[in-house]
Amino acid sequence: MQTTFIILILLLGFLITFQIAKASEYVAVMRGEEKSRKQTNKINAFLLLVFLILGLIGVYYCNEKYGGKILQFGSAASDHGHDVDNMLKITLVITGIVFVITQIILFWFAYKYQESDNRKAYFYPHNNKLEVLWTAVPAIVLTVMVGFGLYYWFRITGEAPANAMQIEVTASQFKWEFRYPGKDKVLGKKYFKAINESENNPLGQLWEDSANKDDIYIAPGDPMHLVVNKPVRLIINAKDVIHDVGLSHFRLKMDAVPGTPTTMWFTPTKTTAQMKKDLDDPDFVFEISCDQMCGVGHYKMRGSIVVESQEEFDFWMAKQKPKFYLAHPEKDPEAMKAKADSSNVNAAVVPQKNN
Amino acid sequence: MHGHAEVITHHDVHHDEHHVHHHKETFITKYIFSQDHKTIGKQFLITGIVWAIIGGLFSVLFRLQLGFPEQTFPILETFFGRWAAGGVIQPEFYYALVTIHGTVLVFFVLTAGLSGTFANLLIPLQIGARDMASPFLNMLSYWFFFIASVIMFSSLFVHTGPASGGWTVYPPLSALHQASKGSEIGMDLWLVSMAMFIVSSLLGGLNYIATILNMRTKGMSMTRMPLTMWAILFTAILGVLSFPVLLSGAILLLFDRNLGTSFYLSDIYVAGQILPNEGGSAILFQHLFWFLGHPEVYIILLPAMGMVSEILSVNSRKPIFGYMAMVGSLFAICILAFLVWAHHMFVTGLNPFLGAFFVLLTLLIAVPSAIKVFNWLTTLWRGNIRFTPATLFAIGFVSLFISGGLTGLFLGNSTIDIHLHDTKFVVAHFHIVMGVASMFGMHAGIYHWFPKMFGRFLNHTLGYIHFWITMVGAYLIFWPMHYEGLAGVPRRYLDLREWHSFNKFDDLNKMITVVSIIVFAAQLMFVFNFFYSIFKGRKVRTPNPWGSNTLEWTTPINPGHGNWPGEIPEVHRWAYDYAKDGREFIPQTEPIGPNESTDH
Repeated sequence: MQTTFIILILLLGFLITFQIAKASEYVAVMRGEEKSRKQTNKINAFLLLVFLILGLIGVYYCNEKYGGKILQFGSAASDHGHDVDNMLKITLVITGIVFVITQIILFWFAYKYQESDNRKAYFYPHNNKLEVLWTAVPAIVLTVMVGFGLYYWFRITGEAPANAMQIEVTASQFKWEFRYPGKDKVLGKKYFKAINESENNPLGQLWEDSANKDDIYIAPGDPMHLVVNKPVRLIINAKDVIHDVGLSHFRLKMDAVPGTPTTMWFTPTKTTAQMKKDLDDPDFVFEISCDQMCGVGHYKMRGSIVVESQEEFDFWMAKQKPKFYLAHPEKDPEAMKAKADSSNVNAAVVPQKNN
Repeated sequence: MHGHAEVITHHDVHHDEHHVHHHKETFITKYIFSQDHKTIGKQFLITGIVWAIIGGLFSVLFRLQLGFPEQTFPILETFFGRWAAGGVIQPEFYYALVTIHGTVLVFFVLTAGLSGTFANLLIPLQIGARDMASPFLNMLSYWFFFIASVIMFSSLFVHTGPASGGWTVYPPLSALHQASKGSEIGMDLWLVSMAMFIVSSLLGGLNYIATILNMRTKGMSMTRMPLTMWAILFTAILGVLSFPVLLSGAILLLFDRNLGTSFYLSDIYVAGQILPNEGGSAILFQHLFWFLGHPEVYIILLPAMGMVSEILSVNSRKPIFGYMAMVGSLFAICILAFLVWAHHMFVTGLNPFLGAFFVLLTLLIAVPSAIKVFNWLTTLWRGNIRFTPATLFAIGFVSLFISGGLTGLFLGNSTIDIHLHDTKFVVAHFHIVMGVASMFGMHAGIYHWFPKMFGRFLNHTLGYIHFWITMVGAYLIFWPMHYEGLAGVPRRYLDLREWHSFNKFDDLNKMITVVSIIVFAAQLMFVFNFFYSIFKGRKVRTPNPWGSNTLEWTTPINPGHGNWPGEIPEVHRWAYDYAKDGREFIPQTEPIGPNESTDH
């Protein structure tokens, strides 16, 4: 009902506008077309000036209103994020100046040089000096921007430090899985054809590789844990289609491509607790968003990260159990021990579960 | 038919009079299978308008979801059934809407509708030719576009829905039937439709190049051509060199989808199934796609730039400033357009060293773009500007091109792109600089050349209302959207409520949705004005209503097939002798006077 009403109103507005427009043509004929054309010309010139002024005020207002919502612009939560923020600032200043000057010139000229009986247009087909000037100046400014940009770019994409923590990220339709290398600091080999979810091997780890024995698997929905001020290198995979690890607060992003692992490294500089305090927001969480269209659940492919101190991290890590033992409970020393205890009590030997 | 053959061979202006008008035309040869470039241009335009309405309507639908995710609209269920079950736009439907909106606006409206219309209409008229080099291929070009349109349209009605992986159709999402409903038959239809479209655009492009290079009238040297012609020439060259690459990419994708090949597929475990494919590269498709995809941006933009140059000059009653620099910058953009495609791929794991070159080349494009902007500004300087609706849209184009061009400097710089890639910032950027700006160029062209197309004027009052709503609306919609992008809000998210980082923009998204509905209504008003004025518009009474120098205004008000009833006029000067020697304008056909100053 409401929709019908809105459509009716739109239709009515439509008809009225059209009738006015139609009438204006007749009025123009009656008043003399040239005269009414000149009047519309004046109105439009004036409106262009109004548009410029209101537009610039609007740009300012927009910045006031939304500038505070852009994730602590200028104080990103990672070292590379600072580089990105710095480059953003440089670009913002340069383009901001050009934007304001050129828009003012454009609309001011349009207003000032509106048709008038007292002025003749000026025949001015070219001026080589001017043209060289406005080729050279943008070229110089852009060189500066490219220079800064590439300086930061190579810093961000350079080799990770040797002491960086390695974490494997695996994206698949609409979830995130993580793997830590465990005590040996080496991620075991895996192969997509070994993926078998019913046998507790969602990543396709090759169990014959001994490096896999202590790898820790973090299931979808559970957060990735990072240590503050400790560099981390993400090794990024996808199982099905292209996804993207988007870390807005860290200002970082990298595609997850099936068949082609990618990497990205950074150092988180703020803990989750500190962010909660800084933002006065007890619910704050570092989110991982999928930034590459990946299908129907793309918009809710959400992961999270906890950044904490080394002690907190160690405490958390100590509670994790390698995936190898979950897939092979018979080889789990703790489970064996527990079983040994229980078989002492109960003499009947339970056949090993083999699913 | 034989009449046209003669037109083609005897383009020498002084020998091919009259015979073109003698053959009888039926309704079918005149309006449907027409070989007259003017009719073909109108066919492209009207088909483009139909697609623009569909694409625009789709954007309103998905904006409803974005602006009011918590609300239900029972009327949607009435129209779309299970796709909007319970009056809520379902995610699969949302992604289909976004995908088809992007595809049809980029290809069917702003490529076919823009280039197809104005290249066909203007080339023979502005260079002084009776028709295109091959009117028959030209007709085929339209009909291939028509077939492409029919296939794309039919894909909207298949059971599993149309393609829904985004207009860039990246595999493996688009290659795997299991990955998404839109990757079922809808995706095959999308690919076949695009293949037909590419054939259309190649036939058209070859024709445009051949005509401009070979069929200029006596005296029309290359440097006397209006800038519209240069822009269309470079556009056609871009299209002819880049579209085949997309065609190959699309065919390989069809193979991967249906024949079990592994061009783009490797190491895939999808929907509980291990696929046998190994050794393919998903990134390969992105290279092939963007090798067209980036030039495509300029295929859309260059004709608009050409028309804006022409319209600003005519209506400021002043020569375009720096004609040769304008041609040179078009050329530079055309070359650079081929060398920057990987700036769409900075975060795909591209070698950072390679990325550095693409940063450099991408930012280099800002130099010719800056030249164009400064030259347009100088063209307005000390002019005597008449604000026709076309002029206003041309000024709007320059404003939008500045705004969107500058945000390109953020995205082209790989460091910032890491943060902004695939966020709403990108959406805001390319809609302003490519979408809305080119649409403004197209509107400017339509208002300016409508009298030539139909012998009548569009209603100018409606034109002014159309311009002001669209101009204010475009900025209201896309300017604040940059802030969402800076906050990292990803594109193609249809509901932000679950996200702690992104859920702060409710009021903004509501505002954008409301404005976009108003802007869409204004476009419908324009469409109404367009069709109404074809039949009932104010009649054009003089052959040259804008006081323009170019050749199209030396034809009769309603030119027949062949354009000039007598000889094709000879050209004696460039197209921009406005305000020269105290005269308001000097048509290209007027010989240089004995006392005329030689400066230009």
